[in-house]
Amino acid sequence: MDKQKGTETLEEGSRRDFLRLFGAAIGGGSLAIAANALVPEARAVSASAKPEIPGYDWSKHHWAFGVDATKCIGCLRCVEACKVENNVPKDANHFRTWVERYVTLEGEGKTRIDSQHDPVNIEAAGAEGKYRFANRYKDAKVDKAFFVPKLCNHCTHPACVQVCPVGATYKTEDGAVLIDHAMCIGCQYCVQACPYGARFFNEELQATDKCTWCYHRITKGLDPACVEVCPVSARVFGDRNDKQSPISIFLRNNRVTVLRPESGNAPNVFYVGIDKEVS
Amino acid sequence: MDPLFHAAPFTGYVYPNETVIPWTVLIVVYPYLTGLVAGAFTMSSLYQVFGMQRFKPVAHFAMLTSLCCMLIVPLPLLLHLGHPERAMNPVITPHVTSAFAVFGYAAGFYVVLLLLENWFVFRPYIVEQAQNRKGPLGLLYRVLTLGSYDLSEKAMKYDKKWIFALAVIGIPGAHGLHGYVGFVFGSLKSREWWSSDLMPPIFLFSAIISGVALLIVLYAVSCRLRKIPIDLDCMKGMAYTLWGFMMFALLLEAVEFASLVYRGREGIEVILEYVAGPLIVPFWIIQIGICSVIPVLLLTYMIWRGVKGNALIAGTVLSAALVLVGVLMMRWNVVIGGQEIAKTGKGLLAYHMPLVERESALTAALLLVAPFVLLAAAVKLFPPWDDARVAH
Repeated sequence: MDKQKGTETLEEGSRRDFLRLFGAAIGGGSLAIAANALVPEARAVSASAKPEIPGYDWSKHHWAFGVDATKCIGCLRCVEACKVENNVPKDANHFRTWVERYVTLEGEGKTRIDSQHDPVNIEAAGAEGKYRFANRYKDAKVDKAFFVPKLCNHCTHPACVQVCPVGATYKTEDGAVLIDHAMCIGCQYCVQACPYGARFFNEELQATDKCTWCYHRITKGLDPACVEVCPVSARVFGDRNDKQSPISIFLRNNRVTVLRPESGNAPNVFYVGIDKEVS
Repeated sequence: MDPLFHAAPFTGYVYPNETVIPWTVLIVVYPYLTGLVAGAFTMSSLYQVFGMQRFKPVAHFAMLTSLCCMLIVPLPLLLHLGHPERAMNPVITPHVTSAFAVFGYAAGFYVVLLLLENWFVFRPYIVEQAQNRKGPLGLLYRVLTLGSYDLSEKAMKYDKKWIFALAVIGIPGAHGLHGYVGFVFGSLKSREWWSSDLMPPIFLFSAIISGVALLIVLYAVSCRLRKIPIDLDCMKGMAYTLWGFMMFALLLEAVEFASLVYRGREGIEVILEYVAGPLIVPFWIIQIGICSVIPVLLLTYMIWRGVKGNALIAGTVLSAALVLVGVLMMRWNVVIGGQEIAKTGKGLLAYHMPLVERESALTAALLLVAPFVLLAAAVKLFPPWDDARVAH
């Protein structure tokens, strides 16, 4: 996180100055060509982007995430916790995690879907930075309703990593998909490539952003913020290498599914209790 | 100061992060300009490689046009990047699985090729000017000779070989560059509107028709400005070329659209809702109706009836101008259209194009005009006309 904040401070002010950006681009380009001799070193740094975390060895872990949608009550504490923990812009357009509500009314074939970013829900919450689901179906006859928490799937074959032209986003050995904001050029190709809408462009960083499973927390033995605050344990996290971890037990005791398996991305967020409409 | 972002209004269900449209009008301009590069190069190749003499009046002009467009191509991308100062990183430390990482190499290679070919073509003129001109302009030409003043028959023969070889390499180069742009979109499995194996050839053929159409318009304008008569044989040849390539371009697009609907995969209802709603004006009326059907009918009629003289010129130039707008609309409908259909397959978004911002209508307009400002200067420095002294 310190790195992110550092980048942010450094580029504050000059960010939107068109001419300076343009000049910097040309200057940066020429410098880059001039520094051609440094290429092998530069590549080596990028390839071994192993974070230096004291006492943490990423080859010893295999993180995974579980969602039990039958438990989720749509309180959106996870969304709020994530926004605070990860300094995500507090508006209705940038989320590292979100919750979807699926409601089928009696006599209606089509399921109604909304999330906290729906204008009706924002109005009920009172502001964009506050999150709640409006009680919009209180007078309707509900046939079926459930909530589905969503986040980055930290796929085994991530389409976002495949398309990144500089390798700024990468798959760690412990299973997380991370972004190096100091390397991201801000082309947003990865935002396009993600079939789950998990990525967004962080205008403050001028770089792409997304869920990291709170990498700064999990590498210290803590749970991701959303898991920590969930009052009903709808979110489960842990190390698959540890057979007694919550995620190992979750995967052992449940028949799980993943979102859009046909994409070939092989997600590592496993769901229980979602319906056919969920994708 | 620009707002941090524009939130797109939506209907149905869209993922929250989708409400900020990632690729703007500048990413519409980028494939459009790349297409003009490839198309203009095709036009010059018809003479340089395939020896079609009727295209001699536009052959060198086409090459210069291709170069001027190519020099502007990286700009929309650069202006779009969050960190333009890192723009060279994909070239210095490329991530090889990324389709984008290829751009720097492909574009760089192609710029060098175009510069070389233009240099060989205009070398006799450059040498002549270097020997006769004084002042800063004379100095410029002397620098541009690169120390080679040899215009002997042997040297010219040698140059001709190079021009031919470069033009031959340029055909897969130019078309590969543009086919690759189609791949950038077609290879993404996240969007049904883009995800198609036909995307590269669709981009390629629409590129060719846009380049041919551009040359038709520019050639007519240049003749008017130079107060010389238009070579009717050349114009007719270009009309045929445009018509022929349009058949491929339109057929490919029709096949792509038909298979998208026929496959009817998840989310097709929303796609059809989009096609029958927001796309009525930009796609059905402008791109298909006004800018494809009318030019095809007009060109077909002129070819069928053997129209000659001013009627042929007026009809061809009008068709070409419409095609230029049509291809721009095609780029818009692909790039913006793909993002207006939500990845959820259950909702639609509406892109709002700001008028004056870094990524706005004004920037797009300036980028679209820029190649022709360059071209106006380039034709003064290196007259590409048939009557000027150039290597043929």
